[in-house]
Amino acid sequence: MTSGREKGGIHSGGQPGLSQPAHGVYNPPLPAGKPIGPGRVWRFLSMEIAVLVKQVPDTAEVKIDPKTGTLIREGVEGVVNPEDLNAVEAALVLKARHGGCVTVLTMGPPQAREALLETLAMGADRAVHLTDKAFAGADTLATSYTLGKAVEKLGPFDLVICGRQAIDGDTAQIGPQVAEYLGIPQATYVQEIEIRDGVLRAVRRLDAGTETIETPLPALVTVLGSLNSPRLPTVPGIIDACSSKDRLSVMNAADIGARAEKTGLRGSPTVVWKTETPKSERRCEMLKGSPAVQAQALAAILKKRNLS
Amino acid sequence: MLSFDLTEDQEILRKSVRDFAEKEVAPVAAKLDEEEKFDLDLVRKMGDMGFFGPFVSEEYGGTNVGYVSYIIIVEELARVDGSTAATVAAGNSLGIGPIFYFGSEDQKRRFLPALCEGKRIAGFGLTEPNAGSDAGGSQTTAAFKDGRWTINGSKIFITNASSDLTSVVTVQTVTGRKPDGRPEYSCFLLPAGTPGFTRKKMTGKLMWRSSDTAELYFEDCRIGEDAMLGSRGAGFHQMLKTLDGGRLSIAAMGLGGAQGAYEAALKYARERKQFGMPICKFQAIAFKLADMAVEIEAARNLLYKACWLKDSGKPFAMEAAMAKLYCSEVFGRVAREAVQIHGGYGLMKEYAVERFFRDQKLLEIGEGTSEVQRIVISRAIGC
Repeated sequence: MTSGREKGGIHSGGQPGLSQPAHGVYNPPLPAGKPIGPGRVWRFLSMEIAVLVKQVPDTAEVKIDPKTGTLIREGVEGVVNPEDLNAVEAALVLKARHGGCVTVLTMGPPQAREALLETLAMGADRAVHLTDKAFAGADTLATSYTLGKAVEKLGPFDLVICGRQAIDGDTAQIGPQVAEYLGIPQATYVQEIEIRDGVLRAVRRLDAGTETIETPLPALVTVLGSLNSPRLPTVPGIIDACSSKDRLSVMNAADIGARAEKTGLRGSPTVVWKTETPKSERRCEMLKGSPAVQAQALAAILKKRNLS
Repeated sequence: MLSFDLTEDQEILRKSVRDFAEKEVAPVAAKLDEEEKFDLDLVRKMGDMGFFGPFVSEEYGGTNVGYVSYIIIVEELARVDGSTAATVAAGNSLGIGPIFYFGSEDQKRRFLPALCEGKRIAGFGLTEPNAGSDAGGSQTTAAFKDGRWTINGSKIFITNASSDLTSVVTVQTVTGRKPDGRPEYSCFLLPAGTPGFTRKKMTGKLMWRSSDTAELYFEDCRIGEDAMLGSRGAGFHQMLKTLDGGRLSIAAMGLGGAQGAYEAALKYARERKQFGMPICKFQAIAFKLADMAVEIEAARNLLYKACWLKDSGKPFAMEAAMAKLYCSEVFGRVAREAVQIHGGYGLMKEYAVERFFRDQKLLEIGEGTSEVQRIVISRAIGC
């Protein structure tokens, strides 16, 4: 990305079709930072951050086709997946603090372009739209491979940020799988992020309480909606994003060096067998007897159903 | 080829303004209305979002996005709250408009940047206690002596003119008589705090209760020649031009309000059950909602066409009057039926349609009554 930077990170070749981001890179000969991992050196100059986003159907509108068991997407407005906006916000906050460049990536059909424009309007420096007929029908494995390839190609990045999960599929698999593909540490379910001396400190939300972890960079985090409040695009931000031709680029399978048999439907071992909308049923049971007997019966029922 | 597509930036803009209105305005709208509070922080937030100066060039701090985008901003705010939309509509069309279109280079540089940032707002003083629809009957005068103008008189119902954020008010005055004996009108830019210039907040309103409305008094208020807007005698023309543009933003308030009331009524009708089924399943209710949808669609097409004419540099005054008249009246019908569909709940402040019902009424009166719009239109078609 920036010449003369001996920085660790996710490796890359060149960047076809991508212009230099608009931010200025100040690159004085600072002493090397703390080595992290073999051959990796962190310099406290600026952060290269990649954010992975997905365009999803607007929350309330999602319906399932009762015949095919798949999501009905026609006629439903596309939005940026809500927690992916938290990821973009996190990246913009880190950039404001440490300097650097925020690159937003999405894999999706042509209309996903609008999602990228929205993140550019929020303040991301550049956006890359991965679109190719070969990508269609991808499960999370093929999607992670494609996104991982693109991150490698566009890098090096110090940090990759994803939303926890998308509201249409709810798998929460893409972030972890991309980290595995890239072979970098990951922190999932993150509700606080801090970077100090080249070390990422993340507070993860667990079922019972939180866990604070530290990891060297580069790393990948998936963030929760509670992490921050995403900024809204301002009028000048929107105009800027939509009028600049060079901040958004489009790449296909060949551009990122992805092997066709590992992308899209061909690269997806997952088969959707059946999708059902669970029926909610209520049953009413009237307890009889004296208050004491009723209370005992109620307690027994609660205990039996593990509700006590 | 005829196209109804909005541009990518307009689509994103609509979504962003809608999100802003739902997150920042909706939670406080009822309370601000109840307390008649003009929320300065909300104005600043809207300034940060870039809602002011949509038709002002960048050199003065505007965004220059054009009227369609401007109208989308007002429409989406009005979909949630009339008062908030009024602050932006009046702030732009009446506050910023005259200064940008008719001001000197010095005046533009002095006032516009802060107005476009939303750090300050401006008003437009036209209506007087005895000059409403008869805007030519102004009694506020300005007399010239020894290189200075002295203004005497008063104005009423002036939006955005009494608050601490108000930096300047454009005031229309009578500066003499023309050779044919008719009054000569000229406008002045009066900075807040000018000696002899008193601003008083008006309260007790039926509608737009959290918008700022002022009475203005001028008692031997003296200002220099450089406070005149444009040239002497240009005041009437400036007022007409300002109102042409202002009508588009009032129309946007009608359209947005109608949309908001309609959505509330539709949601309620799908949830409310009577006789064992949602009331939207009864034709009596369903047909009301269908009529609302038709009228709103027609109103939007009329207004966007008028904006497109303006953005294209074509004559738009008649279409602006049509859009103002139609959108205001559509909102009236939609708000009335939206309350009806809500039944008793629609009469309660807990439900937004109650506020929409009240806020609508202004639109048939402010910036030219519906009757005045019909005069404008009937003259334009050759009556």
